[in-house]
Amino acid sequence: MKNWDAIIIGGGHNGLVNACYLQRAGLDVLVLEKNDWVGGAAVSRSLAPGFLYSNCSYVCSLFRPEIMRDLELPRFGLQVIAYEGGAVFTQDGDYLANYRDHHAHRREFSRFSARDAEAYDRYARDVTRQCRFIQPFLMRTAPDPTSLKPRDLGELLYLGKKFSGLGAAEMAQTLRFWTMSISEFLDEYFETDVIKANFSISGIIGTALGPMSPGTAYVLLHHYMGEVDGSVGAWGYARGGMGAVTKALAASFEASGGTIRTGAAVDQVLVRNGKATGVVLEGGEEVSAKLVVSNADVKRTFLKLVEEKELPDTFLRRVKNFKIRGSSGKVNIALDSLPEFPALPKDAPSIRGDLHFTDSVERMDRAYDDWKAGKWSADPFLDMMIPTTLDPTMAPPGKHFMSCFVQYCPPKVEGRDWTDADRDAFAETVVSQIADYSPGFRDRIVHMEVRTPRELEAEVGLTEGNIFQGELTFDQLLFNRPVPGYAQYRSPVDGLYICGSSTHPGGGVMGAPGRNAAVEILRDLKHSSKHMSPAHDVI
Amino acid sequence: MAKAAKKTDTALAARLARQDHFRMLRLGTPFQPRIDALMQTSDWYDWAGYRAPHSVFDEELEYFAIRSQAALFDISPMVKYRIEGKDAEAFLNRVTLRDVRKLNTGRVHYTAWCDDEGHVLDDGTLFRLAAQTFRLCSQERHLPWLLDSAIGYDVKIAEETEEIAGLALQGPTSFAVLHEAGFAGVEKLKVFDLAEFAHDGGKVTISRTGFTGDLGYELFAPAKLALSLWDRLWKAGELRGIRAIGYAALNRARLEAGLIVANADFTTADNALRADRVRMPDEIGLGFMIDLEKGHFNGRNAIIKARASGSMQHVLVGLEVEDNIPAEHAIVYHRKTKEVGLVSAAIWSPTAKRNIALASLSRPYGDEVTDNLWVEIYAMRELKYERMMKRAKIVPRPFVKLARRTANPPGDF
Repeated sequence: MKNWDAIIIGGGHNGLVNACYLQRAGLDVLVLEKNDWVGGAAVSRSLAPGFLYSNCSYVCSLFRPEIMRDLELPRFGLQVIAYEGGAVFTQDGDYLANYRDHHAHRREFSRFSARDAEAYDRYARDVTRQCRFIQPFLMRTAPDPTSLKPRDLGELLYLGKKFSGLGAAEMAQTLRFWTMSISEFLDEYFETDVIKANFSISGIIGTALGPMSPGTAYVLLHHYMGEVDGSVGAWGYARGGMGAVTKALAASFEASGGTIRTGAAVDQVLVRNGKATGVVLEGGEEVSAKLVVSNADVKRTFLKLVEEKELPDTFLRRVKNFKIRGSSGKVNIALDSLPEFPALPKDAPSIRGDLHFTDSVERMDRAYDDWKAGKWSADPFLDMMIPTTLDPTMAPPGKHFMSCFVQYCPPKVEGRDWTDADRDAFAETVVSQIADYSPGFRDRIVHMEVRTPRELEAEVGLTEGNIFQGELTFDQLLFNRPVPGYAQYRSPVDGLYICGSSTHPGGGVMGAPGRNAAVEILRDLKHSSKHMSPAHDVI
Repeated sequence: MAKAAKKTDTALAARLARQDHFRMLRLGTPFQPRIDALMQTSDWYDWAGYRAPHSVFDEELEYFAIRSQAALFDISPMVKYRIEGKDAEAFLNRVTLRDVRKLNTGRVHYTAWCDDEGHVLDDGTLFRLAAQTFRLCSQERHLPWLLDSAIGYDVKIAEETEEIAGLALQGPTSFAVLHEAGFAGVEKLKVFDLAEFAHDGGKVTISRTGFTGDLGYELFAPAKLALSLWDRLWKAGELRGIRAIGYAALNRARLEAGLIVANADFTTADNALRADRVRMPDEIGLGFMIDLEKGHFNGRNAIIKARASGSMQHVLVGLEVEDNIPAEHAIVYHRKTKEVGLVSAAIWSPTAKRNIALASLSRPYGDEVTDNLWVEIYAMRELKYERMMKRAKIVPRPFVKLARRTANPPGDF
């Protein structure tokens, strides 16, 4: 029987990034994917003729350009196009737009508040300062603060040096940023409800917290530290949907000699004498390997794929308590024509950006209250966009694909499992909110894919449907992600590694966890990682 | 309830009426029709969101219009705040560096303001229009800072950039133009004086101020009076060589005058992403403004502390560079080897016939060590850098001092 150098469990973007780097280091790598397609949560599937959906993740900013370059992803078809701002519709028939042009942006804000219009620069400065501080850490293994190894001490020193380089005021600001609520943070800059709602959005996406919950300010930062070709904080559409990211990764992987098996769900990681020796597939087939890397989240990996007896008690308890709460759903809609939003001027660029209907922080927090009660939000928060306004590849001319990220959506409905009827009612809540602002919307719908946490867990494999493979709260970041002592992509089982978003630096289609895990694996193999670019300098 | 609803409706209607800014990303100023008609170079630039001329017909000739005739420069994009109320003087004394109690009604002063760390937020001009009414003009926008600083003061602060049109009329015949235009009494204005004059059924505020180091005036009027004001000056200036100019010409004149520009010669605190880019007033040559005796003002404690500990690291200097190639953005060296600073602006000065520059140096260079300074100039010539190491000498500013700027009564040319 063939003994692979490495098996990657799960063909999500991080699994594929990891696989690419290991294969290019000369290892013989096998990716096992349970679905009949690769991509995980970065996937584009056609569920209605002529239409391509970004079924889960739907926008791109965080994906590290170093990885795109190392793995030659443009050559394999990846192109990310920046999009054009967006808007929040207000209940009084107006809207607040975000424009790419600095001065148009200011003048737009001044429609609501002269003060807030001029507060944006300082806000942007403070957020950018924090992003510049964090960015270098995305592509570095988090140091173990309890370790006396020279490398950990060196990394801790680097962290300390960067931190003290911020200056006293900024250091205080950093600690506040990592622990405050996004609502409190924004109160320091802005006075207008809709403007605060506009910025709060990035603080709650994918997170089972409300805008008034401590810790959400960091989530905003997490969404600001990406870039589109050097334009820091910008977001874009991957041409061909987010599946273009994983398609390019898969093509790059195969071009370098890697092997992908789809329809191959892993049932168990084989452990002999405390060391991973391969996997057992559903159906019983055994595949052996010198090491195993799991792209699955930390709960799925250690509570489902590894036998409990192989794991230390403290580790197991911490993994069980790891916060990975489902909080969102996704509704993907094929439309036979471009929806109209009468509040928006016909030539406004906002239609080509992200659109929202939640015009106050309070409404957003009320939506969270529903989630706490075990219900999906009656008045949900939508992050809605129509990528086909810029991407001609996802729908026939004149027709459109609309992506609606929906929050909040609980993993269980009032404590019981989701039913199909629940799912349909959930979809109706979403459609009716859109229709309130877009007359005739229902008539344009050709097909709809509705994904509650139930579908996300079953199809994608994300525990509770949590898009980040674990909350991005300070207690679960850096050297505490996923759990203390295991933040360096290794596990209590020798030869079993984790490379998904459960690990540092966390979720989003970033690729950094997969890349960083490859560095550690190659280090253990005493193998060169010279083919891997270090993080771009932040100058 | 009905009244409240009506107020909301009015606010909504006002918002809905202002949606078209995304169609025109660069606004025209109230003078735009006149400038458009004169524009020959199509050389526009973005000044704070306005479509402003970089040049109008010929950058070099426009410069000579400033130094020989009268040049009209549209300063409407400058950010303007109206500050009024019982505590306006006390408030501005709290915000800005200079002692506003010493600024009499009908006077203007050049000032600056800092954040609580003593880092400069901006520099600008403060006009005392009446005992309790001021206008603050600046490069950057500061409404949140002004409003936050106003807590506890009986003062009203309004941003009035769009409502107020501004023109700079600069050059040796600028007084003659105003006189010819019939602004009776304008001859009484000494440097930094201001007065109101009747115009087209309204009022125009004229101050003897400017950014050129030359005889010159600035005129502020409600936007609706802008075109008639332009026409009045243009007609009066016909026989006095009046020309419309763009920023390129003005920039040469201001450098000769040794004047600094925010976010060109120093980085304002609200725009500094890098912690070491901020500057205290002393570090950009504005220490003279600071009045520590006037009572508390924003940044005072930090400035006192920094002065006592000698912790300020930078100094802004005027340089005279040998030879004639402008040293724009050149690195400054000590003994040709140690990097000690950066040139922020440089030109060959046609009036001084010297190669001048403004530079920010790291102490002790620029204060204690002033000899043996060099600038490394990369002059791109036909796709090749001609690289030169030229000696630079620290010289006092202004580089050009013109007697006519302050002469009383002002001369005819």
